[in-house]
Amino acid sequence: MTKKHANWSPYDNNGGSCVAIAGADYCVIAADTRMSTGYNILTRDYSKISQLADKAVMASSGFQADVKALQKALSAKHLIYQHQHNKQMSCPAMAQLLSNTLYYKRFFPYYAFNVLGGLDNEGKGCVFTYDAVGSYERVGYSAQGSGSTLIIPFLDNQLKSPSPLLLPAKDAVTPLSETEAIDLVKTVFASATERDIYTGDKVEIVILNASGMRREYMELRKD
Amino acid sequence: MFRNQYDTDVTTWSPAGRLFQVEYAMEAVKQGSAAIGLRSKTHVVLACVNKSNSELSSHQKKIFKVDDHIGVAIAGLTADGRVLSRYMRSECINYSYTYESPLPVGRLVVQLADKAQVCTQRSWKRPYGVGLLVAGLDESGAHLYYNCPSGNYFEYQAFAIGSRSQAAKTYLERRFQNFNDSSREDLIKDALVATRESLQGDKLRSSVCTVAVVGVGEPFHILDQETVQRLIDTFEIVKEEEGPLAEPEQATEQAAPTDQGGAENQGGSPMDI
Amino acid sequence: MERVADSQRTLYPYVTGTSVVAIKYKDGILMAADMGGSYGSTLRYKSVERIKPIGKHSLLGASGEISDFQEILRYLDELILYDNMWDDGNSLGPKEVHNYLTRVMYNRRNKFNPLWNALVLGGIKNGQKYLGMVNMIGINFEDNHVATGLGNHLTRPILRDEWHENLTFEEGVKLLEKCMRVLLYRDRSAVNKIQISKITDEGATLFPPFSLKTYWEFSSFKNPTAGAEGSW
Repeated sequence: MTKKHANWSPYDNNGGSCVAIAGADYCVIAADTRMSTGYNILTRDYSKISQLADKAVMASSGFQADVKALQKALSAKHLIYQHQHNKQMSCPAMAQLLSNTLYYKRFFPYYAFNVLGGLDNEGKGCVFTYDAVGSYERVGYSAQGSGSTLIIPFLDNQLKSPSPLLLPAKDAVTPLSETEAIDLVKTVFASATERDIYTGDKVEIVILNASGMRREYMELRKD
Repeated sequence: MFRNQYDTDVTTWSPAGRLFQVEYAMEAVKQGSAAIGLRSKTHVVLACVNKSNSELSSHQKKIFKVDDHIGVAIAGLTADGRVLSRYMRSECINYSYTYESPLPVGRLVVQLADKAQVCTQRSWKRPYGVGLLVAGLDESGAHLYYNCPSGNYFEYQAFAIGSRSQAAKTYLERRFQNFNDSSREDLIKDALVATRESLQGDKLRSSVCTVAVVGVGEPFHILDQETVQRLIDTFEIVKEEEGPLAEPEQATEQAAPTDQGGAENQGGSPMDI
Repeated sequence: MERVADSQRTLYPYVTGTSVVAIKYKDGILMAADMGGSYGSTLRYKSVERIKPIGKHSLLGASGEISDFQEILRYLDELILYDNMWDDGNSLGPKEVHNYLTRVMYNRRNKFNPLWNALVLGGIKNGQKYLGMVNMIGINFEDNHVATGLGNHLTRPILRDEWHENLTFEEGVKLLEKCMRVLLYRDRSAVNKIQISKITDEGATLFPPFSLKTYWEFSSFKNPTAGAEGSW
């Protein structure tokens, strides 16, 4: 066979945007439900959000098969954790586990871009943001995925979080109320959908607070 | 201690067709404190008696959650029980990783029995010294199995294992015909009464027993102590409902270790249960 | 990464099947595929069955490398055989089979040795309908209607317009025929020998192959080069 074939790639990018915002006593985690490949839309209703523990929720974009494998690996590890410790994993613990799990595949990475949101042991909202190979940071808000370049500057502008360089360190959580944060999330997704072809169809919003977890959906542009 | 020339390793048959090491392992099950299980069409309840080794120590955990739909109660060597429940947990996790659905209870029980069987056929191994009551729910309904060190397993409507379990068994045998249509509460009540039977006169308190439930719409969980005490109080099981039952168990417990290799002291095949 | 010596891997397909289209309907799942097998651009085989029942509750349709599909069928045969051997009243439903396939496809991509297919798995168990897809790198999802390959471009817009939960069998078949006709006109590797199959709680039915009525006499089809300047 002398014909030149396009080289096979084990990766794809299925697009999508993920956002998380931490408040004093709540956390909002959101992602759109579109799954694409190239200019194709594969499905308009695929959840990128996975509840890993009672108080830890992960939103992931990137390569769906890797994302699914990552979610399954984490849930299996969390099951083992529950058997061994008789409790749910805390969000900061899950954050470290996620980092280790990603780094374990450093040389054949999970093509997954994650934000992990939840409540820490004090009940305060927390957001952890990652790259594909596991480096992570605790922040007050974050966005990942195909629309992140549109969303992050918007959030920076609206949330005006204290510089992480300030000493003594200032709390990273946002000053917004829960409803304001949810409205902000809806706005950033409506905006990202305008310009990012990989974001759209519907946004799924998970809200964690002292009274538990609830879900909201908002329709987005379908073109 | 020396009984005869056929009991020094697991793989040697006695001329009477018995494997003594395996039977000794089954004796270990009888020495452990009692564990009880009973099931209806929709629920399975496990209960066990907690005995501590000394006044100064706490008791060992005898009921383990395997998955949302499966749990076990053990009698015998607790250490072996822990190892086996860890194996069962990992099988459940692996199955649901591959199929995203729960492992059917009966299949797990067969895998467990096969694992126990291997130990009865290898010269460098010893049989597990633990009996397991496996409670679970799957698409074919609620199930209760008993797994034996010999690698045998049986499905039951209700069963009790461990020391002084004969009294509990007698109670269950009297009542098992109603269990299939029992409510969840009635099952728990019967579990508690059966547990009391095996306490032999000791007062039933939440501190000496553990109860766990699995059923339709109810993932396997161990009831907390307050709940159990409340149930004991509401059912008024504390006071003796009827006279303490005769204890035929005592006789067999004594008889077995003096057995000289013949089949004279037991009627049926020794491997049944 | 790839050496000639150890290139026992699918780097490109040999004989391929084109689109599979499947939908949920009132009583279960309907699936359609043509029977062509292309060797590059040569129509090499004309009677390839690309839809097969799996166990009691599932249907599998495949596009892509035919030999890999047949290998997958062997895996599934074994899986279902072992499942039946338990003889305990439990059985693998479409969800379980789909998940198993997802793991198989993803594990093979992790070994850089993919099974060169896009698979459609549909089924129904205990009244619960299931329709999903997996491709050669492990991307998987569920939807009310799915289509592989060019079908995703050409037929899903039709399905999005016309599909609804309560399609009768006749309406469903009509909708699939419409999709297959579009593919026949516009997909050069599609052939006019089509199989439709259904699966309901009563089990799977593979209907005999049939041809679609086509109409090529549109005036703009007649002399396609008229008005197109060329050197010959």
